[in-house]
Formats: sequence, structure tokens, C-alpha cells
Amino acid sequence: MSTTSLPTPTGQPTESRAAGRSGRAGDRLFSGATTISGIIVIGIVTLIGVFLIAQAIPALLRNNANFLTSREWSPGGDHPRFGILEFLWTTVTSSLIAMALAVPVGVGVALFITQYAPRWLRRPAANLVDLLAAVPSIVYGLWGLLTFRAVIRPFEQFLQQKFGWFPLFAPTPISGGTIFFIGIVLAIMILPIVTALSREVFDQTPAAHKEGALALGATHWEMIRTSVLPFGKPGVISASMLALGRALGETIAVTFLVSALAGGTPWTWSLFNGGETFASKIANNAAEFSNPNKTGAYIAAGLVLFVLTFVVNSIARVVIERRKAFSE
Amino acid sequence: MTMTAHDETRPGGTGSGARLGTTGGTGTSTTPTDPGRRDLIESMDRPHRGRAIKDHVARIVMWGSFVLAVVPLVWILWTVASNGFHMITTSLWWTGNQRNINTTDAGGGARHAIEGTLIQAGATAAIAVPIAILTAIYLVEYGRGRLARVISFMVDILSGVPSIVAALFIYAVWVTTFGIDRNGFAVSLSLVLLMIPTVTRSTEEMLKLVPNELREASYALGVPKWVTIVRVVLPTAFSGIVTGVLLGLARVMGETAPLLILGPYTKNFQRDLFNGNMPTLPTMINEDRSDFALSTAAERMWGAALTLIILVLLLNLAGRFIARRSAVAK
Amino acid sequence: MSVSRIGAVSAIALAGALALSACATENPAPAGSTQGAGSSASAGNVDCFSGDLAAEGSTAQKNAIAQAIKSYQEACADATIDYNATGSGSGIKQFIAKQVAFAGSDSALKTTPKDGKVEAEEAKNACGSPAWNLPMAAGPIAIAYNVNGVDKLTLNGEVAAKIFNGQITTWNDPAIAALNKGVTLPSTPIKVYFRSDESGTTENFTKYLQAAAPSVWTADPGKQWTGKGEGKEKSAGVSAAVKSQDGGITYVEWSYAQQNQLHMAAIDTGSGPVELTGETAGKAIAAAKQVGTGNDLALKLDYGTKEAGVYPIVLVTYEIVCSKYADAEQGKKVKAFLKHYASADVQKSLEPLGYAPLPAEVLTKVDTAVDAIS
Repeated sequence: MSTTSLPTPTGQPTESRAAGRSGRAGDRLFSGATTISGIIVIGIVTLIGVFLIAQAIPALLRNNANFLTSREWSPGGDHPRFGILEFLWTTVTSSLIAMALAVPVGVGVALFITQYAPRWLRRPAANLVDLLAAVPSIVYGLWGLLTFRAVIRPFEQFLQQKFGWFPLFAPTPISGGTIFFIGIVLAIMILPIVTALSREVFDQTPAAHKEGALALGATHWEMIRTSVLPFGKPGVISASMLALGRALGETIAVTFLVSALAGGTPWTWSLFNGGETFASKIANNAAEFSNPNKTGAYIAAGLVLFVLTFVVNSIARVVIERRKAFSE
Repeated sequence: MTMTAHDETRPGGTGSGARLGTTGGTGTSTTPTDPGRRDLIESMDRPHRGRAIKDHVARIVMWGSFVLAVVPLVWILWTVASNGFHMITTSLWWTGNQRNINTTDAGGGARHAIEGTLIQAGATAAIAVPIAILTAIYLVEYGRGRLARVISFMVDILSGVPSIVAALFIYAVWVTTFGIDRNGFAVSLSLVLLMIPTVTRSTEEMLKLVPNELREASYALGVPKWVTIVRVVLPTAFSGIVTGVLLGLARVMGETAPLLILGPYTKNFQRDLFNGNMPTLPTMINEDRSDFALSTAAERMWGAALTLIILVLLLNLAGRFIARRSAVAK
Repeated sequence: MSVSRIGAVSAIALAGALALSACATENPAPAGSTQGAGSSASAGNVDCFSGDLAAEGSTAQKNAIAQAIKSYQEACADATIDYNATGSGSGIKQFIAKQVAFAGSDSALKTTPKDGKVEAEEAKNACGSPAWNLPMAAGPIAIAYNVNGVDKLTLNGEVAAKIFNGQITTWNDPAIAALNKGVTLPSTPIKVYFRSDESGTTENFTKYLQAAAPSVWTADPGKQWTGKGEGKEKSAGVSAAVKSQDGGITYVEWSYAQQNQLHMAAIDTGSGPVELTGETAGKAIAAAKQVGTGNDLALKLDYGTKEAGVYPIVLVTYEIVCSKYADAEQGKKVKAFLKHYASADVQKSLEPLGYAPLPAEVLTKVDTAVDAIS
């Protein structure tokens, strides 16, 4: 074991009672430090929550429209009217598109790297996908705007022409950042998150499980389905939730790409419609937060995003809790 | 099982399965649980051919996923590298700054922004990583009962805080409440909020994967719990933790939204985290982005983007190197 | 503190290593050397300060002030001026929060209460003295379009208002054709792009639409777009969108229309089409009335003008300063720099960048006001 390979400043644990006492003191110190860190996290989140709620409530009280169901957004002036329906729709839909694309592919890539790739390819392949995580979101924004857009556009037009009868694919006049397009870019952005963490988890599948399956005569795929995937499931869910969190809150790339809708644009279910997400709306207008009421309206929108992520994460938590930590 | 039978009746669908499978096919692979096991046992008695075909399809799907993931990567890298290569091969780029260089002027340096980015990222990591790792240790090794559940939920919530909201929060504390001028450290604080959940979550996952037998063996030898954690659990999970930290760092280094609110750009050198505007690569990109129709500004913008990718990459390589060395030590 | 210092040290070490490796392959260049051929003001009469000066605000004046900063810093090696083009509202907010020494804004400080607060009063409280609006650059707003085969287009206030509020939807609409005899207009649908962020450009453009076509454009002018179309982020976003979309039209600062090589519509105010040039836009500024008192030079433009040869859609971008700085040193810096900015040499160098020159009488007043800053 590594107890002798790494020197530490404190006493060697293998020594007698004196060490035992220092061990207990050390234990208290160490567990104290970890507890305090946890409490710091609670403190931070509480502060953020208090800040968000304190700023949002006065603005919400002055709101003349229904905050949850209105599509209007004019938070300034003496009679502010604002609602988040449109942001909610765009944010959720684009993130769902991103998840639908990124999770299967991401898990596939992770399985490829850990189970299928020839040995010589594994490390380079892993590094290559990690490289995707190394690309900053502002670069995705630039690439999406200046290069990728032109490629997706004809595909979108094709879908609108051929499948326009289907409400989700109904034609719209939007030429730039559609929900569909944002979803694809987000998918590329979160793919490495899903892959990197899933890969780590799959890698840890106990060899006994895998060999057991193979010994029973399972094919490679059956071995993966029966031992690797069940073992990695909580990790994959956890990774997906991290990725979803990022997709929901992604700011700068979406801000570059998104097409805002003018006030009074008729509602459509089409994925080819524009519309801002929570984060892009806030970021795009942060420069003009000139008074507390207006700021409060945007903060209230941020609060909804906050709650949204919270709900999603809670669901994931419940799923993971069903499989207990390290006693498989 | 109907699903299996259905799959087996379409052996000819291999080709289309490979294409669709990257989105649809592996969808089933994310939810195979106990029914899967029963499936396996039953399928043992079935003709071998169907199982072999399925195995083959799965293999193609996995390769397909990988290729699909690599395409945008290569594309992005090519776009950035081909546009930005010219800038970063000038020596001035690595030594100079942008003083007196307007959007219509060509060239200039990025060293001011590189330094700013690294200093801010360093400060962020210095604060966030210890908190995050200790929190993860608490959650996995110590935490039981209500406090642990609350902390765990809080980490989830924190991961849902969009960068722009984190920045507004720090602005409210830093400027509105305390009246301190915006500076690099304020940016770092907002980045800390973004980095903690990423690192905590990934560390937590890695710690959970350390087999309990290792811990029990260590306790049986009379090793105190904390020493067990520091010298048995953490080293075992080390490479995974490093990966998580690097993912977190990569995210915050490229984060732009908080910088627009808390970290005004300057074209000059600024190494003081606590005084004055601090330039960073994302804000440098943003500065030139507004004029990207001009080739001079566009070139600089892509150059800064390429530099940012290279920086993150170097950190990744460094982390990998550390992880591998620790693995050897084990 | 010490923790972040370790981060800083290692960060610098890494940056240093990068720099060294870069130097190893090429000839080292002096750090921070100035580059690029830029027109610089004569250094003779520049009053130099040493130290930092921070400002923030309007994106419309970014390139103008960058030019002024460059020529100032070239004359004064010890001076460092940062201007962050984040937006007028942000500039004013940071100015009131005392984060910056002066703000750039596309509209003067508001003197009427909005949401219970008066900008001018807040600024006065922050300064401890009245805040002044000093016009420094005039940015014409172009109506930029991209229609295949149409490189000359004339619009008037009413037709423009109808295009931007969605009443006119195709390029061969009779109303457009009536203004453009001899031009073959295609039946391409019109795609209007607007600024999705709140912006002084939107405010000034809608002020024009309302003044020129009050019966068509009924919405109150404001920073938030009230017409139709598809929103893109910032000037760069709308101009790039028009450039890549046949049938696209937007309103954008002149410099962006130039950068993107977009066609710009001439405006017919009733006495024939007027092309956008420095001269025609300058005339609109010259006709503006001063609404501020004393050294506060807030201007009111006559957007509804019918005078011949005047291009009516211009925005004046101001520097918002304290008349008396609590920190005398900062006051001196602001004064020294703005003196330079308002000088004839610098002002002349702005026109190629897409700004209209300020008329001589306005400049004289600005100069007097700058002298009075302490």
C-alpha cells in the first residue's frame, strides 16, 4: 500500500500509541476541515440565494404581467411587464436537444475508449476528447457564429421544407441562431464533460465483473451491458447532470449565437424559432442594468434558472441515491 | 424479450444502425439494468448469430460515436489554428501587449492577457480546489445524515448557478456592498463559485470508486481514518481528481461573462491581482470581436483564441504528467 | 494573499517559459513596443500625466476614443488610459459607483426621474459636484442593407419606419419602388435585424423614426427595440447577420457598415436623397440645440429636419465627467486627456474611422468646458 511510499509531515501511522493519539487529533482536525469546507459551500449558496431573492422580490411585486406565463419583457419604466415563458422554453428545449445528442454519443465515446479502442489508441483518443473540453466557450461561440452556422443552415432549411407540417419543424423567418442550432452547439460543448467522467467510471469497473461475464460466454457487448454499464450508471448520471447544468447556464457562446425575438412575435413550437435563454438574456443586457427594479427582473429570471437546475439535480440525486456509494 | 427479437430480425440493418445508432442506438445502452442480465441469460440459449451481429453493431456504433465526436473537434481546432497561427508565430505576441494598437492596426502582443489569465486562474484554483476536494472528502468519507445531504444539495445548486449570475452576485458584494474597485481578484472570486461544484462532483465520483476493501484493510492495520484518506484513498483516486480539476480549470479559464462585469480589459501589462483592470485572453478576444469584420482585429481575435486553447492544453498536459507520475509511485 | 501569490508566481513562471520558447526561435522584440502605422497628434501641446485613468461606456465611440487614447499615449509614455466599451448604461452605472473616472454615453444624463431616480442627480452625488455631458464624437447611424443587385437605395422616414415595424415585407413593395425609380428591386422578403441588447443606437434610431414618421412609428423611443425582426447581439452581430443574409437590413453605426462593406441607404428628408457622409452628418450636429446649461453641453438633435443636404440619423456620444473631482489628481488626468481628445488634430483623425466631425462652435464650447474641469 502507499502508506510507506509517500512521506508526510505527520507521524507514521504504523507506530505505537503516541501515533494513535496524534491520529485521533489529526482525525478531528481533518474531519473538522472537511466539514468547514462543506459549510462554506452552504454559506455561499445561501448568500447567493438571499441575494437573488432579495433583488428579485421587489421587482416581482411591481410586475404587471404574470411572471411565469407572460412572453413580454419590458422590465424598465414605471409599469414593468415581464414574464419568462419564452426564456424557459428556449433554455429547456435547447438543453434537451443538447442532452439527447451528447449523452448517447458521450457514453458511446467513453465505452469506445475504455472497451473497444485498440490499446495504442486509448490514450490518444482520451486526450483528443479532453481537448474538446479545453476549448473555451467563447471559442465555440466564434466558431458557431463564423463557421458552423453556414453548414447547419441548409440542413435546417431542408427539415423545414420536408417536415414543416410537424409543429417542431415548422418554418420560421429566423435566419440566425435557432433553438435547434443552439442545441447542437451546446451538445458539442458538453460532450467532453459526459465523456471524461463516464470514461473514468467505466475504467474502474472491477475486472472480476467483466471477466465473470465473459467467462459465462457473453459477447463483448453483452459484457458491457451487464457489467460495465450498470457499474457506471451513477457516474454517467452524475456526469450528465453536470453537463446539463452547463448547458442550461451556458452564457457567452449562446449570447453570440442566439437570435432574439422582437416583442409580439407570434408563438410557435418550432425548433427553428429564435428566442433567448435565461443566461444569454441576462448577459446581453447586463451592461444596461441601470436601476434596481430592472436588475431585479433579470435576477428573477436568473432565479428561475437556479430553481430549474435545482429540480433537475434533485431528480438525479434520487436516482443515484438508490445505488449506495462504494459497496457494490 | 421482444426487444432482442426485434433487433435480431434486422441483421441487414447494420449500416443504417451505425448511422442512427450514434443518437438512437446507444440510447438503449444507458438504461440496461437488471432486465439486461435476465436478457443475457435467456439469450444464451438463442442462436449465436444474432448475438454476434448485435455485438458487431455495438462495435460499429462505438466507433461511430468516436468519429462523430472527433469531427467538430478537428473542425474547431482547424478553424482557430488556421486563422490564428499567423499571430502566435510572431515573437512579439509572446512578449508584448496591445498598448497603442487599435482595431485597425495589425499585430501586437498577448502576453499581458496570458499573464492575466494565468494569474486569475491560479488564484481561482488556489481557493476553489482545497474547498472542493475537502467538501468531496466530507461527502464521501465523513458525511452522514442531514448535513451531508444539505451540502450535497448545495453543491448541486451551485452547479446550477450560471456564470453571469455568479458575477452579478460578486458585483453586488464587492462593489455595491463593500465599495471596492473591480479587480482581478473579484473575477477570481466569481470563478471560484463556478469551479467548486465541478471539482467537488468529479472528486466525489472518484472517491466513491475507491474500493471499500482498501479502506478496511488500512483500518485493520490501525491506520487512523484521516491518514487512510490522505495516503490510501486520495492517491488511488488521484488521476481522476486531477482530471476533474483540469476540467474545472478549463472551464473557468475560458469563462467570459464574469469578466465582462467584473474584469474590465486593459491593453497594458497588469500583474497586480488587487489593483486596477486586469487583461485576460477572453476579454482580449471580446475586445477584437466587436470589429471582426476587419482582418486586423479578426487575426488577433483568432490568435488570442488559439493561445487560450494552447494554455489550457499545456495545463492539461501538466496535470496528466502529474497524474501519471503518481500512478507510477503507486 | 500568500496563496494567490503562489498562483501568480507559478503563472508568471509559465508565461515566462512560453515567452522564452517563443524567443528562442525568433529574434526577440522589445516588450510592449508600439506597432502599426497610426496617425498621431503632434506631441507638442499635449499635457501629459503619468499613471492610470479608467473609463467605460458606449460602444459607439469605442474606435474614436481608442484613437484619441493611442495618440495621447504615444505622446505620453507614462500614461495609461483604459476605455471599456461595455455600453452606455454600464458606463453611467460604473461612473455613479465611482468605478471609473468618466463615462462614455450615447445619451446625456437624464434629468427627469425614471423609477424614482434621476441620473443627473445620482451622478452629482457621486461627484460631489454637477456632472457635465461633453459631446466628443458624432456617430452617424447607417441604414445598412444587403439585397442582391441593389447597390443604391433611397428611403425616407415613413418607408423606413414601415420596414422596421414589419408593415413592408418585400423589397419590391410599391412604397420602396416609388422612392427608387430606375432601380430593379427583387421580390426578396425583407429581413430586419435589430440590436437584442439595450443600446443607445436603438434609442437614437427610434427617436429618428418617431420624429420622421410619427403616424407609423408609435412606440416610445428607447434602448430596447420595439419594432419587428430578428435580434442579434451588438453592432458586430447585426452587421454580420446582414452581410450573410440576402434581403437583410439593419441600423448600425457607420463604422460597422463600412467595415462590413455593406450598402447604406440614402435618406430623403423631403428635399431629395442625402447620402451618408461626414459632411451631411456634420450638418445635423451643427443644427443641434444645446439643452444643458453652462458647461453642460447636452445637445438635442432635430431628427425631424427637412433641410436639404442634412443626413438626419446621427447620435452624439458624450463623455460624462465631474465638473470638480474629489480627487484633484484624477481631475487633472481627465482634463489632460479630454483636452487632447477635443483638439482639432484628434477630431480630424476620427472621420476615416466612421465618425462625423463636430462643428467648430461645438468644439470651442467643449474646449472651454474641459478647461473648467478641476
